[in-house]
Amino acid sequence: MNQELILKMEKISKSFPGVQALSDVDLEVFKGEILALVGENGAGKSTLMKILTGVYQKDKGRIIFKGKEINPQNPHEAQKLGISIIYQEFNLAPNLDIATNIFLGNEPRKGKIIKLFDYHKAFQESYKLLNLLTLNLSPDTLVKDLTVAQQQMVEIAKALAQKSELIIMDEPTSALAGKEVQKLFEIMKKLKEERISIIFITHRLEEVFEIADRIIVLRDGKRVGELPAQKDKYDEVIKMMVGREVSVAPKPPTKQDTIILEVKNLSSKKIKNISFYLKKGEVLGIAGLVGSGRTEIIRAIFGADPKIYGEIYLDGKKVEINSPKDAIKLGIGLVPEDRKLQGLILNMAVFENISLASLKYLFPNGIIKSALEYTLAQKFVEKLQIKTPSIFQKVVNLSGGNQQKVVLAKWLALRPKILILDEPTRGIDVGAKAEIHKLIGEMAKEGIGIILISSELPEILALSDRILVVSKGRITAELTKEEATQEKIMQYAII
Amino acid sequence: MKIKSNKPIKIRKFYFRELNILIALIVLSVFITVMNPKFITPFNLQVVARQIAIYGLLAIGETLIIIGGGIDLSVGSLVALTGVLVALFMKNGIDMIIAIILVLIISSLIGLWHGFFVTKLNVPPFIITLGTLTAARGFASVITKGWPIIGLPEKFFFIGQGYIWGIPFPTLIFIAFALLAFFITKYTVLGRNLYAVGGNIEAARLSGVDVDKVRIFTYVFSSFLAGITGIIIASRLSQGQAGVGGGYELSAIAAAVIGGTSLSGGEGTILGTVIGASIMSVIHNGLILLEISSYWHDVVMGLVIVTAVTIDIWRKKKR
Repeated sequence: MNQELILKMEKISKSFPGVQALSDVDLEVFKGEILALVGENGAGKSTLMKILTGVYQKDKGRIIFKGKEINPQNPHEAQKLGISIIYQEFNLAPNLDIATNIFLGNEPRKGKIIKLFDYHKAFQESYKLLNLLTLNLSPDTLVKDLTVAQQQMVEIAKALAQKSELIIMDEPTSALAGKEVQKLFEIMKKLKEERISIIFITHRLEEVFEIADRIIVLRDGKRVGELPAQKDKYDEVIKMMVGREVSVAPKPPTKQDTIILEVKNLSSKKIKNISFYLKKGEVLGIAGLVGSGRTEIIRAIFGADPKIYGEIYLDGKKVEINSPKDAIKLGIGLVPEDRKLQGLILNMAVFENISLASLKYLFPNGIIKSALEYTLAQKFVEKLQIKTPSIFQKVVNLSGGNQQKVVLAKWLALRPKILILDEPTRGIDVGAKAEIHKLIGEMAKEGIGIILISSELPEILALSDRILVVSKGRITAELTKEEATQEKIMQYAII
Repeated sequence: MKIKSNKPIKIRKFYFRELNILIALIVLSVFITVMNPKFITPFNLQVVARQIAIYGLLAIGETLIIIGGGIDLSVGSLVALTGVLVALFMKNGIDMIIAIILVLIISSLIGLWHGFFVTKLNVPPFIITLGTLTAARGFASVITKGWPIIGLPEKFFFIGQGYIWGIPFPTLIFIAFALLAFFITKYTVLGRNLYAVGGNIEAARLSGVDVDKVRIFTYVFSSFLAGITGIIIASRLSQGQAGVGGGYELSAIAAAVIGGTSLSGGEGTILGTVIGASIMSVIHNGLILLEISSYWHDVVMGLVIVTAVTIDIWRKKKR
């Protein structure tokens, strides 16, 4: 095989406040190759690709593309060099037609003084590209009238129109049905024949073995291995993907006698027939990839999203939950996935955020007694050791870990029976993480039933008494603490 | 103990926000007094105080709506409609008190209508209140057919023209509602929830705040205050007129914004708005006292609004 290098990334490092996202990562791509980049959520795949396409700037390292060192400052610059990325969410203008979209920002011009958009040329070029991609559509079709798979083809055509020699596809198959996936693979093979290189990011290992030539595995921001994409390497890849070295102190055992929550056949737009139970004092882990439906399950229980079908029993009694308000009244709390967008009122003070959910229970006549409110906030600031100059500080000024503690305090102030934690330690520093882990144990000890969602398998394994694995909106496995391992969870998560 | 030691920090910060515009108001008043000492005469101050009441009442309602992340463009037209209605009712022999109550119920229902469209049907507040801006004035003209409704009972005139201890009665009404709104925003669960909704509606909803109820309340309150203002103006003019209140919604928004209310929601105080309305009224009065052609008034007001908001944004950025 002609092993001509097109891209070489050397010792790329990148850190964000509190997190080392990438350390000394090497990556090379050969001409006309399909390279699969795999790894768990948070392994650093996206960050690495964002550095390559100029979305982020690297702290250290070199990028050599076609023999020259490059340093793209933004995606447009990377595109001009011949590197295109196709995201999960497409960057198309839905109200414009295919031809205009393909040449958006790269329009063919005509005229001498005033350079007009040469639509005729764009149309013809688009026609050729669509033909190449075996897409039987007129270039003047509006993008909003296309299926997801067709829109993806338009994205690929756009990359080709810009003469890209390296195309990055970020989870291109996640939104496609089986037949469409096969069609995409045919196109990828065709591009390969045209000597275009592809970096293929995916969670679905079967697809990797079907289409890719080579696999590079990332874990915790490091490159942990490189393998040829052969079917018999399946277990080896999984072993490389998991096996993280993060150590999480295990939760001490807690008393778990009665069942407090039972969910039967819960279904919504994105989840199907979810049934499980939760005991008092138990930590129930829900593992699964981002987009597997794990967040949708708990949002449906909490009343944040409408459920289509299903029953919820609390302490053996059937309950109706149609809004977060209902759930809170029944003693359920939710620490949402995105603390800045869903968990906090950033411009409000620490004390105002802590008391927000409890106000109407604390002050049933509607009038706030400041002294009582301050005392409550102060109590939780001390109990959770929230580092803030005072309870009057705006939460926007706190660090991520302390912000998350404020969200936790908001729910603990309500004395919930059930607390749902969706990625409670995402994006916070190691110290705060350990404190939150300890807190989860303490809450369970006090008899709170806890549902814990996390992308970090060591966290799930150390803290959970029982683990549900979710994939494509269904529960694919229920594992006890004893039988669960990172490999097992990963196997069920990518089913 | 720790809590108590922190308390003064909060209070100092709270007043600091409004201090800048309070100083601006004082400087402005001193300047106008120097240019024309008539400004400080009791008669003129009464005029100013009454003007503050008109801007201020509407601005209070507008402030609550804007804090909650909305906007209300209808209040100017509602002033006209409610003024015409109260005159119409009394003209048709309905007792003054009952006429007033009826008008306030009607204006509150219009607010409920706005709130319903905004919360349940997801119609942008700008659009639904713009609809009322046009329709309410149109309706007022339909009722009057272009002629003012005159010959109202004498006792009605006290509301807009009367004084208690030398203070114009509208000003007293305004002070009462300003105190009420101050209390709501500062000391009630409803008020706190209002700031939460304007600050981050999704986080508020996930914290169990009844976001619809909170927003509907603001629209009802704003329309109710527009009803009060309409009655005051009808009384002041001794007639119901379809043409009054034009552009008042923008003056109300301006007063709120000058007072530090952020148009992106979640921020603003009643004290700020009261000072904002005072600044607007003092400038208005000053332009008259300085004998500047009334054609220039709107130009000056426009510049004041832009300047105030720009300074506020610039100051925030620097911090």
